[in-house]
Amino acid sequence: MKSTGKVTGIVSNLVSVETDGPVSQNELCYVTSGDTRLMAEVIKVTGKTASIQVFESTRGLKNGNPVEFEGKMLEATLGPGLLSSCYDGLQNDLTTMTGVFLKKGEYTSPLDHSRLWDFTPIAKPGDKVIAADWLGEVKEGWLPHKIMVPFAFEGEYTVKSVAPAGQYNIDNVIAVLTDGKGEDVNVTMTQKWPVKVAIKGYREKPRPSRIMETGVRVIDTLDPIAEGGTGFIPGPFGCGKTVLQHAIAKQGDAQVIVMAACGERANEVVEIFTEFPELIDPHTGRHLMERTTIICNTSNMPVAAREASVYTAMTICEYYRAMGLKVLLLADSTSRWAQALREMSNRMEELPGADAFPVDLSAIISSFYARAGMVVLNNGQTGSVTFIGTVSPAGGNLKEPVTESTKKAARCFYALEQNRADKKRYPAVNPIDSYSKYLEYPEIQKYLSDTVEPHWVEMVEKAKNIIRRGKEANEQINILGDDGVPMSYHELFWKSELIDFIILQQDAFDPVDSLTPMDRQKYMLDLVLGICDKEFTFEDYEKCRDAFKELINVLKQMNYSEFKSENFNKYRTELDVMLETLVPEIEAA
Amino acid sequence: MNNKAFQKIYTQLEGITKATVSLKAKGVSNDELATVDGRLAQVVKTKGDMVTLQIFGGTEAIPTDAEVVFLGKAPTLKVSDQLSGRFFNAYGDPIDGGPAIDGEEREIGGPSVNPYKRRQPSQLIPTGIAGIDLNNTIVSGQKIPFFADPDQPYNNVMAQVALRADVDKIILGGMGLSNDDYLYFRHEFENAGALDKIISFVNTTEEPPVERLLIPDMALTAAEYFAVDKNEKVLVLLTDMTLYADALSIVSNRMDQIPSKDSMPGSLYSDLAKIYEKAVQLPDGGSITIIAVTTLNDGDITHAIPDNTGYITEGQLYLRADPDSGKIIIDPFRSLSRLKQLVIGKQTREDHNQVMNTGVRLYADAQNAKTKLENGFDLSDYDLRCLDFAKEYATRLLAIDVNITIDEMLDTAWELFGKYFTKAETGIKQSLIEKYWRS
Repeated sequence: MKSTGKVTGIVSNLVSVETDGPVSQNELCYVTSGDTRLMAEVIKVTGKTASIQVFESTRGLKNGNPVEFEGKMLEATLGPGLLSSCYDGLQNDLTTMTGVFLKKGEYTSPLDHSRLWDFTPIAKPGDKVIAADWLGEVKEGWLPHKIMVPFAFEGEYTVKSVAPAGQYNIDNVIAVLTDGKGEDVNVTMTQKWPVKVAIKGYREKPRPSRIMETGVRVIDTLDPIAEGGTGFIPGPFGCGKTVLQHAIAKQGDAQVIVMAACGERANEVVEIFTEFPELIDPHTGRHLMERTTIICNTSNMPVAAREASVYTAMTICEYYRAMGLKVLLLADSTSRWAQALREMSNRMEELPGADAFPVDLSAIISSFYARAGMVVLNNGQTGSVTFIGTVSPAGGNLKEPVTESTKKAARCFYALEQNRADKKRYPAVNPIDSYSKYLEYPEIQKYLSDTVEPHWVEMVEKAKNIIRRGKEANEQINILGDDGVPMSYHELFWKSELIDFIILQQDAFDPVDSLTPMDRQKYMLDLVLGICDKEFTFEDYEKCRDAFKELINVLKQMNYSEFKSENFNKYRTELDVMLETLVPEIEAA
Repeated sequence: MNNKAFQKIYTQLEGITKATVSLKAKGVSNDELATVDGRLAQVVKTKGDMVTLQIFGGTEAIPTDAEVVFLGKAPTLKVSDQLSGRFFNAYGDPIDGGPAIDGEEREIGGPSVNPYKRRQPSQLIPTGIAGIDLNNTIVSGQKIPFFADPDQPYNNVMAQVALRADVDKIILGGMGLSNDDYLYFRHEFENAGALDKIISFVNTTEEPPVERLLIPDMALTAAEYFAVDKNEKVLVLLTDMTLYADALSIVSNRMDQIPSKDSMPGSLYSDLAKIYEKAVQLPDGGSITIIAVTTLNDGDITHAIPDNTGYITEGQLYLRADPDSGKIIIDPFRSLSRLKQLVIGKQTREDHNQVMNTGVRLYADAQNAKTKLENGFDLSDYDLRCLDFAKEYATRLLAIDVNITIDEMLDTAWELFGKYFTKAETGIKQSLIEKYWRS
C-alpha cells in the first residue's frame, strides 16, 4: 500500500511532510492543493518527517495539505517518438500543452500513444534473452529504433512469442516473455526507468578508442574529444559558449543528439526550435530535428526541475546507446544545476562547502559524468554517449567550485577566454589552457595515426608549441618594443598568429567555414605547419608583418571556399606563388 | 484592503526581527498576504503552527500584541486599461492622487510562458542613439541592462530611450529611486505628452527597501496584461536592479540563510531570471521588452549582481565617460546586444553589418595607438589618423546625446571613413564601397 502524509512546513519549494508509512529516499510524491496536484521528490527523511522538494511553485500550499507517495522514483518514459520532441525537465511534452503560460500541475504524456509504428521482429520464439536485448525494431525517422527487453527485467527470459511485422502503437504487446518460474510477461514498445540510476544492460565499458568529429577545428585538431568521452566548456558570459555548443549540436558526428537547456535563456531554446527544423544534418542529409531531442528547463522554470532535467536527458541518451547508436549529450549549463542544488541545500540548513555549494557537489558531478561512455552491448555491438557540458563560472573566475569539480570529472577542457572574445577571435577557446586527455591514450593515438595520418599527434603538439612560443615572443615585443627584439621574435609571433587565424579561428555563421571535416583539417594543418617550417629572413618587422598578413588573407579565403573547388585551388596556387617569392629570394641572397 | 467578515485576528507575536515576525496560526497558505498592525506582510515560512511573515514596510515599532489578519491571497494587481497614465506604489496603490483602479485582480509573479509558445524576436526598436541602434541594436522581446557607475546619467538615457521607442506602452518599475529622479521621470513623461501610454510603479529611497521586491512583479504583471491580453508592444524599464538585489540579500540575511558570493543569496540567479525572462515575443504579436539598469561598484562586473545579470540578459550596454570627446558614450567594446543579428541588414540597410564592424575595429586601432603613445613609442601616420577618427566617431556616433535615424548613422560612419582612411584601410567589401563610399 502506498504511504500518505500531510504537509507540516513550507519554505519556498522545500516542504516537510509527516508520513504515515514507509517512504524511500528520492521517492516521488504528489501534494494536493485545491484542484492541482504538484509533483515532488523526497530528498531527506528524519523520523516520521520527510523533506520533499516540490518541482513547481508552492504558492497557495497549506499545512495539512494531503501528500501521496508513489512508491517509485522520478522516471523517464522511453520508447519510439522521443526524437524531435521537446520536453521540460520532468519530460512533459511542451508542444501538447495548452495555453501560452505553463500551468501549475499540468503534466502531459511524453509519447504519442495513438501513433502507429512499423514494427519488424528481431527475436524468435525460444530465444533466451536478458534485459536490454533487442526484440524488434521500428523506424523512427531514418533510425532503427530497437524495442528491447525492459532494463528493469532481472535474470534470463525465454521469448514465448513476438508480434509479426506490422503496425502497432506503443501500448500494444509486441512480445511475450517467460521468466525462470514459468510466468509470462507482456512487453510493449515503451518502458520506464528511474532517471537517477544509470542504465546498465551492457557487457562492458571499454576505454574510448575513437574520435568524435565536431567539425570545429580547435576541438578536432587541437584537443579532440573521444566518442564516449566527456568534455566541458567553461567561460564567462559573452564568450560564445552557446554558439559553440549549437555548432557542435549541428555538426557533431552522432546519430542522436540530446540537448539539455538547463537554467538558461528561453530565447536560446526558441532559436533551436526555429532553426533546427530548417537545417540539414551534414552527415545524413536529413533534417537536424529528426535526430534531436530537446529537454528545456529554462532559467525561469521551476528550479527543482533543473536537476531532474539533466538526469532525464542522460537517461534518454543511455536508452539510445543501448540500441547501438552514437549519442551526443550537450548540457547548457551545469552551473545552473549546481546552483539549484545549492538553493536546496541552503534551505535544508546543511553545513555549506565552498561558496555555499553543498559539500558533495564534486561527487554528484563526477558520478553524472561517469554515466557517459562507450559500451559493448550484449550482442557485441557498440554504442556510446559522449557528453559535453558548459559551465558558467561566477565572475569568469575558473577557481570556483563548479569548474574545479567538473575539471576532476571531465577529460576534455575547452577554456573560453574573455580576452579572445573581446578581440572577436572566435571560437574563443584558449589553445594553451585547454586540453584533451584523450591525446595521451595509446588507443586514440593509434586511431589518429591510422585514420588521419601517421605522427598526427606529434604534429598537433608541434602546432601547440608554436602557439606557446609565439605568445612568449609577443610578450617580449610588448615590453621591449618592435625594434627592441631580434627579428626571429617577430617571425615566431607571426607564425603563431598564422595558426591562430587559420586553424583556431572559425566562422560559425559561414556555411563553408563552420564545418571542417577531418580530411580538410589535416590538409590545412599540413599546409600551415609547412609554412611554419620555412626559415624566412625578413629585412624588418614591418615586412614580416605585411607578408604574414597577406598569407593569412589568402589562407582565410581558402577556409571560406568549398574544399578543393576551383576557387580553393586558385587561392592555393596564389599562396604557393607568394611563398616562392618570399623564400627563394632570401635563399638567393 | 478590506477585511472579510468573520476573519480570525491573531494578537500574539512569538518573535520579531528587523524584517520578519513569527506567530502561531492555522490554515495559512504559502506566499499568502497578511496585515500586521496595518502593514502589509507575506508568508515566507511555515513550520508546524509557526508562521513567519516578511513585513514589507519593516518591523519598527511593531508590538508583540499587534493585530495580524491573513488575507487569503497572494499579492495581486488590478489590471485594466485604467492603468494607463498612472503612478503607483509598490503595492499597486495610486500615488498620484487619482482614483483607485477598477479591473480584474491578478496574482503578481505568475507562471512563465511555455518556451515552445514563444516566437523568435524580430522587430527592431529604434532609439536614435547610435551607440545602441548602430552597434548594439535592440529587438522587441529582448532583455538588456545598462551597466553604469552610480554617477552616470543612466536614468536620463533610459527615459530618452523609452520616449523615442516605438512601443504601445511603457512601464516604469522604479526601485530605490531618489525622490528627485522620481520627479524627473514624472516631469519627462508629462512633458513628452506621452503620459497616456506610461504606467509607473515607484519605490523611492524614502520608502522601506523590502517593498522594492514587489516592484518588478507589479510592473511585469501590468506588462503581461497589455502584451498577452491586448497584443501590445510593451517596454518595461527597471531601475535600479542592484538595489533590488540588495533588498533580496537583506531578507535572506534576516531569515538566517547562508550567503554565497558577495553576501548575495544563493538563489540570486533564479530570482533575477524570473524577472528578466518575462521578456518575450508572443505568437499573437504582443511583446515585452525589458531595459534595466544595474549600477556597478567602480566598474566591477565580476560582482555577483552584474555577473549573474550578464548570464541572464541578452547583452549589456556599458555607459562610460570618454575623456577625449568629453561625452558619456556607449562603450563599443564591452557592450553587446545578443539579438542584433536578427535585425541587422534585414530591417536595416545592407551595409549595416560591415559599417558597424569596421567602425568598432578602427576605434580599437585608435585605442592601440593611444597605448603606444602612453608607452612612449612613436606613432605612425595611420595611428594619428585613427586618433582623430576616434574623437569624431565618439562625438558624432557613440555619445548618448545623439538622436538620428539609422540611415543617418550609416551615412555619418561612411563620411568619417572617407575623411580619415583609404578604401583599403577600411577593408569593406568592394561592392559596398562602390555604392556608399564618400570622400
